[in-house]
Amino acid sequence: MSNDNIIYPSVHSFSNLSLSDSSRTGFGYNPYKGPSSNAITPETSNILINKKTVSLTPTSFDSIYDRNILKKVPEISLSSFSFLFCEIVNWTRNNSKGIQDLEQRLNTLGYQIGQRFLELVKTRERIKYSKREIKILEILQFIHGAFWKSIFGKTANELEKSQDIENEYMIIDDIPLVSKFISVPKDYGNLSCSAFTAGIIEGALDSACFPATVTAHSVPKEGLPLRTVFLIKFDESLYTRENLRFN
Amino acid sequence: MSKTTRYSGDEMWKNNVEKIQNSELFTLTYGSVVSQLCRDFNNNYQEVNQQLDRMGYNIGMRLIEEFLAKTGAQRCQTFKETAEMISKVGFKIFLNIQPTVTNWTQDGKTFSLVLNENPLADFVELPMGPDNRICRDLWYSQVLCGVLRGALQMVQLDVDVWFVKDVLRGDDQTELRLRLNKFLKDEVPAGED
Repeated sequence: MSNDNIIYPSVHSFSNLSLSDSSRTGFGYNPYKGPSSNAITPETSNILINKKTVSLTPTSFDSIYDRNILKKVPEISLSSFSFLFCEIVNWTRNNSKGIQDLEQRLNTLGYQIGQRFLELVKTRERIKYSKREIKILEILQFIHGAFWKSIFGKTANELEKSQDIENEYMIIDDIPLVSKFISVPKDYGNLSCSAFTAGIIEGALDSACFPATVTAHSVPKEGLPLRTVFLIKFDESLYTRENLRFN
Repeated sequence: MSKTTRYSGDEMWKNNVEKIQNSELFTLTYGSVVSQLCRDFNNNYQEVNQQLDRMGYNIGMRLIEEFLAKTGAQRCQTFKETAEMISKVGFKIFLNIQPTVTNWTQDGKTFSLVLNENPLADFVELPMGPDNRICRDLWYSQVLCGVLRGALQMVQLDVDVWFVKDVLRGDDQTELRLRLNKFLKDEVPAGED
């Protein structure tokens, strides 16, 4: 087999160029010719002027992408959020077929938020630490700490690992913000509106390439009636990756 | 000065309102709802507006109770006073903004609220489709109309509220219009007789 079939990017094609070559478009650097290959002739300038273009000039400097994301974020009343969330639960309940479906819908709503929040928090943070979490434990600590703090204004309470099942972890919040003003009626059994928060975590983990399923469970404790456990179950494939990388 | 000055929205915001430090959760949550509604209604934006309005109405009916409890506000004597109360106190303690009241009609029954900033629409951009239908049909912050309608109805004011301009659509400002239809009589709520 000859070497000709192997394509080395650019280097190979450079070696095939000769002095007499000129590019088809009329542009392009030919190292054999040197700077003169890029010289602007009447012919090339004509091509340049008559090229079809797409305008990339920003029409306004006031778009959402131009805003400073490091600016201090304004505060908002907790009641406004609670009213909105309460109405969301109400609307989802009317549309859902049962408790599981309701939780699934809340999860979906949260998921979209998690995806966006991860990006936002990371962009803000990267300027400080310029690092990315690549181990399961690290990403969990990030979610439990910095991520939680930027969304809810405090870090979550505990972070635990299941002793029996390898890929299960738990983040525990004693007073979850979203269900602060929600009391679940008896006939709704074990509905937990924190499914919304679980969705946020799931969205963030998935976007960070740590595929997981997250569910919320209400586990009250003496003096902490709202205590919620977020059960994080990582995908098996993650462990293969972790083993390959770190062992 | 009218007595609205007695209830300073700023002071109440500082001392009397439980806050979350980050309005982004609120913003993103609302955004998530609107986009879900667009999917649910198959991009029929008129229906999305209606649904947002209904949700707002439900919120407004309950929100007024907290407003009255926190502010201890007395009945407004004129509709002008009501307008001041809504912008200086209502919007301040719930959304931490103070819209401008302008564009009164001659009869004093219709006015505009101009929102200089809108926490609901931070980081929001309406997707540009080939027909731009979303920019024509969707009122992204329609929930506010519902809230105002619901809350005012609970204090015996029958009003119509609608958006006329929204920066998201490319307008120069975000403007809401309120029209007073009539004062409702005190009635026993349905189901309590």
